[in-house]
Parts: sequence; structure tokens; C-alpha cells
Amino acid sequence: MELIGPGTESLATHRQRLGPLPALPSGELIAELESSGLLGRGGAGFPVGRKWRTVAERSSGRAVVLANGAEGEPLSHKDRSLMAARPHLVIDGALLAARAVGADDIIFYIGVEHRGAGAAMRHALVERQDIRGRATIVSAPAGYVSGEESAAVHFVNGGDARPTTTPPRPFDRGVHGRPTLVQNVETLALVALIARRGHDWYKDRGRRSGTGLITVSGVVNHAGVQEIDFGATLGDVAGVAGGFRDEAQAVLLGGYFGGWADVEDQWGLPLEPRSLRSRGLALGCGVVHFLAAESCGVEATSRIVSYLASQSARQCGPCVFGLSAIAAATQRLATRSPHADDLDSIVRWSGQLTGRGACHHPDGAAGLLRSALELFADDFAQHQRRRCHTVSMPERVAVA
Amino acid sequence: MGEIIEIERIRCDGHGICAELLPELITLDDWGYPIVKRGPVPDHLAELSRRAVDDCPVLALRLGSVTAVTRKR
Repeated sequence: MELIGPGTESLATHRQRLGPLPALPSGELIAELESSGLLGRGGAGFPVGRKWRTVAERSSGRAVVLANGAEGEPLSHKDRSLMAARPHLVIDGALLAARAVGADDIIFYIGVEHRGAGAAMRHALVERQDIRGRATIVSAPAGYVSGEESAAVHFVNGGDARPTTTPPRPFDRGVHGRPTLVQNVETLALVALIARRGHDWYKDRGRRSGTGLITVSGVVNHAGVQEIDFGATLGDVAGVAGGFRDEAQAVLLGGYFGGWADVEDQWGLPLEPRSLRSRGLALGCGVVHFLAAESCGVEATSRIVSYLASQSARQCGPCVFGLSAIAAATQRLATRSPHADDLDSIVRWSGQLTGRGACHHPDGAAGLLRSALELFADDFAQHQRRRCHTVSMPERVAVA
Repeated sequence: MGEIIEIERIRCDGHGICAELLPELITLDDWGYPIVKRGPVPDHLAELSRRAVDDCPVLALRLGSVTAVTRKR
């Protein structure tokens, strides 16, 4: 286990295990990252090398690196587990990023509720000579959108942690108006490994699709964070999680911004970006949540869209009104007390929200709902007729 | 290469004047917020599009180039 483990790795152990931080010239590291095919692990999956090159080109030596450790996704725990276990790997990645893009300042933006992770990062920063005077920890307020990159930048700049209108994007004008690289902490940790071992090491993992962290939850025996090669299948992941407590019917991939899929259909599916994409799926921030066969998909979906509606930054009309209307209608369906047109309405609304917010919050919610309407089509139809064929157990989708 | 109507979503208050001026390209959702038809503004609607941009009471509309938008996902 390179990215997680029991306890917090000290600087001495970290150095002993991995050796010193390699002194790659900026261009070489960015080229390595481009060849590695590494995609951002925060959720959006943007190619890392390309992002760094964009910031480096605009930098003139005055960029800022914002290491994003605000894990707002209720079903994800991998970023806080990583920071708690391997803080020096994250710091290595941030230092490499600062060197590669030409940044003086490094900000570690860490969710205020991730106490263990914050403490480990704080302690690790004290241990490091090589980052002294350049690093700041900023506590990110709780909330689903706090970790969105423009929200993070806005908060660091003294505003509230709500997304702002883009452009300007952070890579053009971010923290204090300077070009800013916002990069998820796990991505930075992976960069620190690739810098030491080269792009081939990363590519060769997992049928040439890399390696990383996922959070497994739901009806498995051992929920928690797993380090996997992305060639691993859904079945492999369930196996490592100790198998199922009860039969599983569906899996939520990618978290609340992700989508539902049928467990049996996708059992042999490798969790690497291309095979997922070919089925309209994505791993996003790495959430894999199994829904019990006896749980109701409509009810589970209702809880998620209600949560997402509650987490709207309340800035854009389509998100404020659209998501709350969707949440209300879905809840009426879930409780089998729908209005006559509720199902038709949510079908229509789910097709209208994409691209209509300053950030992708409405897009994420609409995508999740569309996947539910497809996978649980029969259940939704039943609920519109005030019936439900599942034994209605309260689904334990964690709502923070 | 044509122009495309962009909306600053945080600014938009759903006045709906744009949809009145330009029903060919802009419809309103159930709460009065604009839904813009995909694709560039056709030539014969260019003048009306400019008016929609100018007449928005909160200045939430603008005409952007097609390339700037494809970048946004």
C-alpha cells in the first residue's frame, strides 16, 4: 500500500522508503506526466500534464499551487485517508508542482472536518525544511461545493466558498489574481511517485491505465478505502471489500455526481476510464457504492438528489429552483405520494439542467438522476402508481 | 465561424426578455430561466441577438465565439 496505511508516515520513513525528491527540470516532469496519461483524481478527470503545461505557460514564475484536500463528496474518504497516512507524499507532489509551473506559494486547502488529515498535514509541514515559508494551510468550510476549484480560489481570496463565474478560470487568474494550479491531493501524491519512477511505471499498472484510490461502501462486508490498479474489475473490488452482506442490485460509480449501473451487467468491467466511458460511466472521485437488492433505487436516488439540492450554492436560478423541484418530486415518488405529473416532470427537468450553472453542480445532479431513471425505470413507474416492489429498507447512503 | 449566446448564470435573474426577443433561440424553463439552443447564431438572427444582449436588465447575456465555448466542456 503506497497511498494509504495505518498511522501517519514520518518524514524519515517516507525518505527511507522512496528516497529524496527527484530534481527533474520543469519541462521534463510535465512531459513525464503527459506520457503517463495521469488524469486528475478529484472527480473531473482532466489530463494532469496538460493542466500543468497551461499554468506553466502563463506563470512567469508567479503562479500559486492550491493542493485540494476538501473532500465534499459524502461517500468519499480517500483524500482524507491519504493525507492522514502519507502527508509527505502529498507535500512532495505539491513541491514538484510548484517547481514545474513556477510557483512561490503553496496552499493546502483541507476540509475543516477532516481532523486527522489536517493534523497529519500540519505536523508533516513542520517536519519539512524544503517547504518552509512557502506553504499555508487553509481550512475549507464543509459543503459539497467548497472543493470546486473556483469556489476554493474564491475562499482563499477572502470570499465565500462558492463557485464564481468562469472565465477567468483559476489557471488564468486565481489566488490573488495569479495563475493558479488547483490539483487534488491524491493526484499530487501520484505525481510524486511518477516523478521517481517514470511514466512507464504508472502506465504499466492496471493494464496500462494506472493506479489510485477508491472508496467502497454500501452492502459490502468491509467498507473503506482501497488502493487499486484500474484494470481491477467491479467484482475484484467487491472481493477485496469482503464480498456482500446481502445481495447487491446496483452500484453507484463516481459518487453523487456519478451514475447508477447494474451490478451483474458490470461485474467484469475494468474500472479504467476507457472501458467505463464506453458504457457511459466514469469513476469520478473514486466512489463505488453498492446498493442492496432489498433497497429501493427510487428512495436511494431521492436521498441523493435531496442532498445535492440542499448543497446548491444558491447562485444560479436553474440550480436553485430546478434542483429543489427535482428533489421534492423525487421525494414524493419515493414516499409513494406523487403528484400526477411528477415522473414526467423529473424526466423533463433532468434533460434541461446540463450546462446551466456557473459550476457543474446542476449537471452532476441531472446526470445522476438520468442514470437512475434509466436503471430504475420500472421502480419509478411503480412509484408513480404508488407502488413499490422492494421491501422498503431505509437505504444507508450517508448524508453528511 | 459564428457567434454563440452565453449566459452568466449567477447574474441572470430570469427576467425573460431574451426569450421574448429571440424565441427561435431561447426558451424559458418552468421557473423563467433561459434555455439556449445549441450552436451558433444564424446570420438572420444576429441583429436580434445583439439586441437581446443589450436589453438584458442585468447584463447577463453576451455573444462569445464558438471556440471559447467548446472549451467549457
